[in-house]
Amino acid sequence: MNEVRRVISIVVENESSVLSRVAGLFAGRGYNIETLTVAPIPNSKRSRITIATKGDERTIAQITKQLNKLIPVYEVVEHNEMVEKEMVLVKFPLSEPLADIEVLCEAYNGTIVNVGVDMCIGMVADEPCRIKHFIEASARFNPIEIVRGGVVAIER
Amino acid sequence: MQMNGAQMVCEALVAEGVKTVFGYPGGAIMNVYDAIYKQDGFEHILNRHEQASVHAADGYARASGEVGVAMVTSGPGFTNAVTGLATAYMDSIPLVVISGQVPQILLGTDGFQEIDAIGISRPCTKHNYLVRDIAELPRILKEAFHIARTGRPGPVLVDIPKDITAEMGEFVYPESVDLPSYMTIPKVESSAIELAVEAILKAKKPLIYIGGGAVLSNASEAIRAFAELSQIPAVETLMALGVMGAENPLRLGMLGMHGNYASNMAMSETDLIISLGARFDDRVTGKLSEFAQYAKVIHVDIDPANISKLVAVDYPIVGDVKEAVEMLVSGLKGKVQTKQYDDWREILARYDALYPQSFEDSDEIIKPQWVIERLGETLGEEAIVTSDVGQHQMWAAQHYPFDRPRQWINSGGLGTMGFGLPAALGAKKAFPNKTVINVTGDGSILMNVQELVTASEYKIPVINVILNNHFLGMVRQWQTFFYEERYSETDLTFQPNFKALAEACHGIGYDVTTKEEFDMALKDAIEQDKVAFINIQVARFENVLPMVPANAALNNMMLPKIANPDKGEK
Ligand SMILES: Cc1ncc(C[n+]2csc(CCOP(=O)(O)OP(=O)(O)O)c2C)c(N)n1
Ligand SMILES: [Mg+2]
Repeated sequence: MNEVRRVISIVVENESSVLSRVAGLFAGRGYNIETLTVAPIPNSKRSRITIATKGDERTIAQITKQLNKLIPVYEVVEHNEMVEKEMVLVKFPLSEPLADIEVLCEAYNGTIVNVGVDMCIGMVADEPCRIKHFIEASARFNPIEIVRGGVVAIER
Repeated sequence: MQMNGAQMVCEALVAEGVKTVFGYPGGAIMNVYDAIYKQDGFEHILNRHEQASVHAADGYARASGEVGVAMVTSGPGFTNAVTGLATAYMDSIPLVVISGQVPQILLGTDGFQEIDAIGISRPCTKHNYLVRDIAELPRILKEAFHIARTGRPGPVLVDIPKDITAEMGEFVYPESVDLPSYMTIPKVESSAIELAVEAILKAKKPLIYIGGGAVLSNASEAIRAFAELSQIPAVETLMALGVMGAENPLRLGMLGMHGNYASNMAMSETDLIISLGARFDDRVTGKLSEFAQYAKVIHVDIDPANISKLVAVDYPIVGDVKEAVEMLVSGLKGKVQTKQYDDWREILARYDALYPQSFEDSDEIIKPQWVIERLGETLGEEAIVTSDVGQHQMWAAQHYPFDRPRQWINSGGLGTMGFGLPAALGAKKAFPNKTVINVTGDGSILMNVQELVTASEYKIPVINVILNNHFLGMVRQWQTFFYEERYSETDLTFQPNFKALAEACHGIGYDVTTKEEFDMALKDAIEQDKVAFINIQVARFENVLPMVPANAALNNMMLPKIANPDKGEK
C-alpha cells in the first residue's frame, strides 16, 4: 500500500475525554500517531489538536471523516498546504565544544537556552525534515538526551 | 424546580416521552432506583441480566422507531451492558443507556465496582458522557436523546457518579440543544440528485440496493414508489427485509452471503447500483475486488463516512434516505420509460426461475425452512419476528414473507447470539397486541434464557421457536464445508429439557417432532398468552444455501441441488 504522510489539524471542544476519542480512532485501526500536540486556542473554549500520521490515502480519508463525526469536534483540516514547525531540545555535555554547538543550533534557527555546570541545552524550531537533519548533525557532540516536540501546523 | 440528580433523570425520561425503561439496580445507581420507586411516569422492567436490558431497549427501539432506554449500575452492571451497546452501535439503533458510577471522590481509585465506562464504551457508542456537575445533568440528558435519534442514530451512554444523583440542583429541562460541533442532518443537494437521475436514465441494468438505513429513515413507502415508478428491480440486505414487501414483484430478494441466486447475480451484473442506506458490508459484497464490476454507484447515505469507504462511489448523495428518494422520484417523473429496463428484468426473472429460493422438504423429519414458511403462512404480516444468530436466523430471513419494515428484528452488524429473546420482550412492550416470535437456535437461546423469568413476571408472552439441530449449526456448516467435517466443539447433543426449562420459569413448553405437532403447538401458544418455548427437532445437517464462501465473489455461490432448468430456458 502507498504510504503518505499527513498532518491533520483538529479543532475540538476543550473537554476531558476528547483526546482519547481522537486517539481511539487511530488505535482502533492499528494506525500510529507519529506526533501529537494539543493546546487551547487563545480566547476560546476550544483546543487545537495537531496530529502527524502515515498511512494509505483511503484510510486517512476515512479517519478524517470519522474525526468529523465525533461530537466534540468542530473542524478537521487535512491537506498538504500547511506550514509545519516542530521543536526539539537537546542536552549536550559541556565536555563538547560549546561554541560549535551554538553554531550548529543557529544554523537551524535555534539557540542555546540553558548552560549548567556540566551540560548545555540547545533548542531548535523548524520544519520536521530540518529537525531530523539537526538531530543527525548534533550526533557528533554526543547528546545526552533529545526531546522532540510534536508538529504544529497552520494553513497557508 | 429543586430536586436531586436521581429525580432529574426520571423527569428527563418523562419529558422525552419514555414509557418503558429496562434495567437492573445496584449500588451506584440506587439513588435513581429510589426515585423510580416514587414516580409513575414510566414503567420499569427488571430484566435478569443487564445485557438483556440493553437488548430489550434495542428491540423496543427497532420495533417502534423510538429511543430505547436501559439503566444499569456501575462496574459489572455496566460491563454486562457492553454487548448490548455494541449490538445497537453496529446496527445504528437509537438508545440511551444510563449507568451508575462510583462517587466522584472515588473516580480513578479502583473503588468498589469502579470501571472506566467512558473508556470501554467509546468505540461502541455514538457518544458518551461522564457527568461531573449536577448543573450539567439536564443538558446532558437532553443532548443524549437528541444525539441518539438524529442523523445516523446510535446508542449514547450517560455515566452518572452516585454523588451527583444524590445532590440537589435546579431542574429545568432544556427545550432545545446547543451543539454547534454536532453534525446535523445534511440537506440533500439537488445537483447531486440531478446527476443521479441522469445516470438512472442512461443505465440499462440498474439495481436498487436497500440497506438498514432505509428502515431507520422510514423510507419504505418512498422506495416502493420509486421502484414502482421506474420499474427498477430491488435487492435487500438482511437489515432491510420488509422495506419492499415480500409480494412486491420488483423485489428479487436478499443478497449477500446467504442471498438468493437472482439477487446476487443481479448485483454481479448490474451497471448501476442505487444504494439506499446500505453500507457495502463484507457479508453483502463478497470479494470486494470482484464486486459489481460493471457498475457505477449511486450511494445515498446519511453518514458521509460511509461514502467510498469500501466501494468507490460515482454519485454520492449525503442525506436522509427518504428525502433523497422522494427527490429522485420527482426527478424521474415523466422522464423514466418503464419499458427501458424490461430486458434486464427479464434476465433476472430467468435467474430466479433457474434457482428460486427453495429447499427439499421431507416427510420424515421437520426441515427448519418448513417451520419458517409455516410461520409465515400462519402469521404473515401480523407478527413481529426477532431472531438470534446462526442458521435459524438466515432461514428466517430467507423464508419468512416480511411485508413491512420493523417487522424483522435481528442483530446484523455484530451478530449477537442471545439477542433474540430480550429483543422480543422489547418489541412486545412496544406492540403488546402483536404476536412476537423469536426464531432461535438451541445454542443461542441459552445465552439469555433467564429472560423467560422476566417475560413471565411482566406477562410479556413472546413465543420462542427453537430450531433445534443439536448443533451450533452455522459453525458446524462451516466445519462441513471448509474444515473437512471436523466438528470441533459444535455438538450440542447434551441439552437441557427445553420444555421443562420453560415451565420452570412459569412459561409453557412444547416438544415438537412432527409438522402436526408444530401447528398445534403454535396455535396453543398463541392462545395461552404465556411466554413459550416451541422446541422443534429439525434435520440436523441441513445447510443454509445458497452460500457465498467467505471472500469469494458474489456470483460464486454454492447452490441447493434442486435447480429448475426447464423454467430457466424460455
Ligand atoms: C455471542 C456469540 N458467540 C459466538 C458466536 C458465533 N456463532 C455464530 S452462529 C453460532 C451458532 C449458533 O447456534 P444456534 O443458536 O444453535 O443456531 P443454529 O446455527 O444451529 O441455527 C455461533 C457459535 C456469535 N455469533 N455470538
Ligand atoms: Mg443449533
